[in-house]
Amino acid sequence: MQHVWIVLGVLFVLLNIAAGLIWVERRMLAMWQDRLGPNRAGPLGILIVLADTLKLFFKEDWIPPFADKWVFIVAPAVVVGSVLMSFVIIPFTPQIIVSDLNVGILFFLAMSSLGVYSIVLGGWASNNKYSLLGAMRGASQMIAYEVFMGLSLMGVVMLTGSFKLGDIVNAQKDMWFVVKQPLGLILFFIAGIAETHRLPFDIPEAESELVAGYHSEYSGMKFGMFFIGEYLGITLISAVTVAMFFGGWLGWSFLPPWAWFFLKTFVFILFFILLRASLPRPRYDQLMETGWKILLPLALANLMITGAVALLVRG
Amino acid sequence: MFSHIRTIWLTFLHLFKRHVTIQYPEEKIKLRPRWRGRIVLTKDPDGGERCVGCYLCAVACPVDCIALQATEDENGRRYPEFFRINFSRCIFCGYCEDACPTYAIQLIPDFEMAEYNRQNLVFEKEDLLINSQGKYPGYNFYKVAGMNAGVKEKGEGENEDAPVDIHSLMP
Ligand code: SF4
Ligand code: SF4
Repeated sequence: MQHVWIVLGVLFVLLNIAAGLIWVERRMLAMWQDRLGPNRAGPLGILIVLADTLKLFFKEDWIPPFADKWVFIVAPAVVVGSVLMSFVIIPFTPQIIVSDLNVGILFFLAMSSLGVYSIVLGGWASNNKYSLLGAMRGASQMIAYEVFMGLSLMGVVMLTGSFKLGDIVNAQKDMWFVVKQPLGLILFFIAGIAETHRLPFDIPEAESELVAGYHSEYSGMKFGMFFIGEYLGITLISAVTVAMFFGGWLGWSFLPPWAWFFLKTFVFILFFILLRASLPRPRYDQLMETGWKILLPLALANLMITGAVALLVRG
Repeated sequence: MFSHIRTIWLTFLHLFKRHVTIQYPEEKIKLRPRWRGRIVLTKDPDGGERCVGCYLCAVACPVDCIALQATEDENGRRYPEFFRINFSRCIFCGYCEDACPTYAIQLIPDFEMAEYNRQNLVFEKEDLLINSQGKYPGYNFYKVAGMNAGVKEKGEGENEDAPVDIHSLMP
């Protein structure tokens, strides 16, 4: 029974965070661009979330006649489903964790990578040139970041000796892994941005070149699913970063563990938004080139050095 | 790489800068007197219409949104029978004001003319005519024009000599 409550609670909190991020993102982006952002509906404009959601619900949910109907419908669900599945292994506190799998990190990598299917399928099923270009870029981007994403986390796994996120957080009691694995953090974060398809790596979406990329043809709640999937993705990458490198729920005792976790995660979410406000988008071949020629060797070097040091220390 | 980090940092600092947004309905921007907004037809100091129905504004208008019909009263004074501006087409370029020989048509600093119905943006003469001299106080075209249109006798105007008697031999 307790499991059901945890699952429902996590689901509720996550979906609300994803919706609330609409407001957070628009306000923060506005602040960083010397604007004000939505501030009319409700206190500080927070009701924009409600307005936006209602608007999405009442919009015409249109399936183009030339689209591949079933794939078109399934694609948006894939991204939300896969991201929500990845949250299974996130330890919010020692107790609140849906399932502390012993393949934790691998499960996260596998599930979050499935998200790219929704881009490729959505772009393909739309039967639209821009969408297809977006989908193609999505696939090529996946090839670029997926490899060093996994490798960048292996340093932490090596130091802990476990794939379980619970163990990894507990291993950071004395010192957060950001100190021992700064390179791993940077690499993982870069890969994470690419993984969520957020600016500066929103190459499959690229609204300045591809209309709206892979979801050009989507409207109504199907578009809303992509939208929520993106925000959930941000939350997921931030949460994993916190758990892997910033000591998860660990913190001074004046705040409960879950508060520490959410606080740290929120900082990273804000950093995601800050990146959106500041950096331009690279070309997709540039991303691929950097991924394979610079970041992958760096990840490998990090892994080798970590391994060597760990061996030395252990004896 | 360094420049990227610098960009991120500089963007972050903007959090502490003043925002440039003007919260429009509550805060209003100060419009200069020569700001080009809603168009009015002005009157001369004696309360007569300034417009003489010369059609120059209608010709100057790049989007052809002015329509008028000139007519004359019993004194021979010209005035427009109707004068219509379609503000849904007007681009507020101010060419009509430049073209007008009598300072009749003027653009004033007012832009709040939103309407629910497009047809309501077609302004007739009674909507355009205002009881004011606008930007050029004291000017009365018929006071400086050569002809008699019930405002002054021929030759009585400012900067005007009495008419020459062409039958006389005197200089
Ligand atoms: S402002 Fe320009 S567009 Fe408008 S009526 Fe005058 S000439 Fe025409
Ligand atoms: S407004 Fe001026 S330019 Fe237009 S018809 Fe009247 S006098 Fe002529």
